[in-house]
Amino acid sequence: MPATYYHSVRLDKEKCVGCTTCLKRCPTEAIRIRNNRASIIHERCIDCGECIKVCASHAKVAVTDPLDAIKRFRYAIALPAPTLYAQFQGVHRPEPIIATLFKLGFDDVFEVARGAEIVSHAIRQALEEPDRPRPLISSACPAIVRLIQVCFPSLIEHIVDLVSPMEAAAKIAKEEFAQRHGVDIAEVGAFFLTPCPAKRTAVRAPIGQEKSYVDGVIAIKDIYPAMRALMDQGCTPPEMDRASTVGIKWAVPGGEAEAVGIKSALCVDGIDNVMNVLGAIEDARFRDLAYFEGLACVNGCLGGPLTVENSFVAKNRLRSVMNRTEQKTVVRRDVFDTAYQTLRLTREIEPKDGLQRGGTMRERIERAERIDRLTASLPGFNCGSCGSPTCLALAEDIERGSATELNCIFRLNDRIAALAAEMVTLRESTRFNTLKDTARLREMREELSRYDD
Amino acid sequence: MEMLKESYPVAANDMTCAGDVAAKIKRRIKQLGVPAGVVRRVSVCTYEAEINLVIHSCGGRIDLEITEEHILVHVCDTGPGIRDIDKAMTEGWSTASSAVRAMGFGAGMGLPNMKRNADEFAITSEVGVGTDITMIFHI
Ligand SMILES: Nc1ncnc2c1ncn2[C@@H]1O[C@H](COP(=O)(O)OP(=O)(O)O)[C@@H](O)[C@H]1O
Ligand SMILES: [Mg+2]
Repeated sequence: MPATYYHSVRLDKEKCVGCTTCLKRCPTEAIRIRNNRASIIHERCIDCGECIKVCASHAKVAVTDPLDAIKRFRYAIALPAPTLYAQFQGVHRPEPIIATLFKLGFDDVFEVARGAEIVSHAIRQALEEPDRPRPLISSACPAIVRLIQVCFPSLIEHIVDLVSPMEAAAKIAKEEFAQRHGVDIAEVGAFFLTPCPAKRTAVRAPIGQEKSYVDGVIAIKDIYPAMRALMDQGCTPPEMDRASTVGIKWAVPGGEAEAVGIKSALCVDGIDNVMNVLGAIEDARFRDLAYFEGLACVNGCLGGPLTVENSFVAKNRLRSVMNRTEQKTVVRRDVFDTAYQTLRLTREIEPKDGLQRGGTMRERIERAERIDRLTASLPGFNCGSCGSPTCLALAEDIERGSATELNCIFRLNDRIAALAAEMVTLRESTRFNTLKDTARLREMREELSRYDD
Repeated sequence: MEMLKESYPVAANDMTCAGDVAAKIKRRIKQLGVPAGVVRRVSVCTYEAEINLVIHSCGGRIDLEITEEHILVHVCDTGPGIRDIDKAMTEGWSTASSAVRAMGFGAGMGLPNMKRNADEFAITSEVGVGTDITMIFHI
């Protein structure tokens, strides 16, 4: 797979039963069912993890790193997403959670919520710049950034050109650690504890950066059992700079806009809702909107596919965590002052036009017209039985040569009925008189047996 | 010479469907791989044009024509026409009713935005007959 199409969402073929659940729920129509198994179209997948959430057979999986990966580095820093603080029943403070990470073998912990505070400050500066397109669109949710690349390329210039809190945290954590302990920064690994598969993708195939500052991505659900076993409410971590509620609330929808402190902001969670709003932004339907925070998961990162706790419960718990946390940001002045410069993306975000094919406009129009005719010949029920998510998608697949009209169960029925009728007529009218007739009958029998599957 | 020609009717006062035609046109030009910047400008203009047909006109249609060089969007309706086009083209000028404004429309920016976003823009109107707008976008 080319690096540009790296994905952490994969299919476990053994477990897939070939149902249409994920097919119908994929927001970018990146899934097809072929030969009774799902398959992912890499050009269109945005790693949002919707399929992971809906698959009852657990056949959709996210590739992340095992905890053992921290041994690859002499020193390992844990970067807990604020979502982690909401995962443990009965734990309403970050302290025991951070302390447990040390017990698990990490040499240091840098809260991603602190990264979020620094990024919030930089976004505020970006918003003050004139000539920026409005609304600026948050770059925090990697699935949304990819969604824009694939489906809304005209909005790429709206994406705020700053790294995510995860990247900011990794960069600063490693630099500070290396300096504090006088060690080579190459010996320091930063490991993000993630609620989300798209973050792994963002690390392996970064957008807007040459290389990620993050060295490994560990799923919250994978590290949870070991943490639960070691968790001790009385335990406190060593003295360190800590995140405030300003950064922690980034885990909740609307928290980012609140942290940035921008009034004219809109926050939308749930990928279908986000697509709806991005479409409206394309049409310039929102006047005076300065900032848009779009989150692929319902309940934001708390609803990530790699979390353990129910996201609504987690939301309540995080509120209670925030009630026990410092309200004001404590970040070194110089870090704040340089953030807007040091956290800027260094590369253009490129459109990923997915399955778009080239050719002259005439050729493209002719293709579109063939697709229209094919679509009109299909029943329009969008049932998904053919293995494509809609009749239009099947028409496109047929035009592309990756399916046939007989993938459609209704068209197949028609074809079989026609064959059967022809057989009966042939039989009645000729009583197998001619060699030609018997040949035709044999031909039909063979065709029918092909559909037997 | 046009290579693709499509026509979409737009009904007056039908807020349920308002925006559907603009969405169809957007889907079509994205399917055809029209450059993102052009998609954006066409989307803004067709959306504003469709809303105007719904809230100001007695109904009309939007025609889409695509050639190798450009996209042409033609909008026409069957009345009531615009009395003073210069005024209608002024930013912030609107005759939208308070009911329409309550729905978030009627900021008086539609026509000026169409003119700004299209590479070529022409409007004619006759009271009692109808309004006719042609917009061209170079690809
Ligand atoms: N198709 C139309 N038929 C009649 N009047 C129109 C039409 N389109 C626009 N107008 C008039 O021009 C004015 C300005 O239009 P526009 O700039 O789109 O602002 P808005 O729709 O917010 O009022 C409208 O308020 C209306 O009086
Ligand atoms: Mg208008």
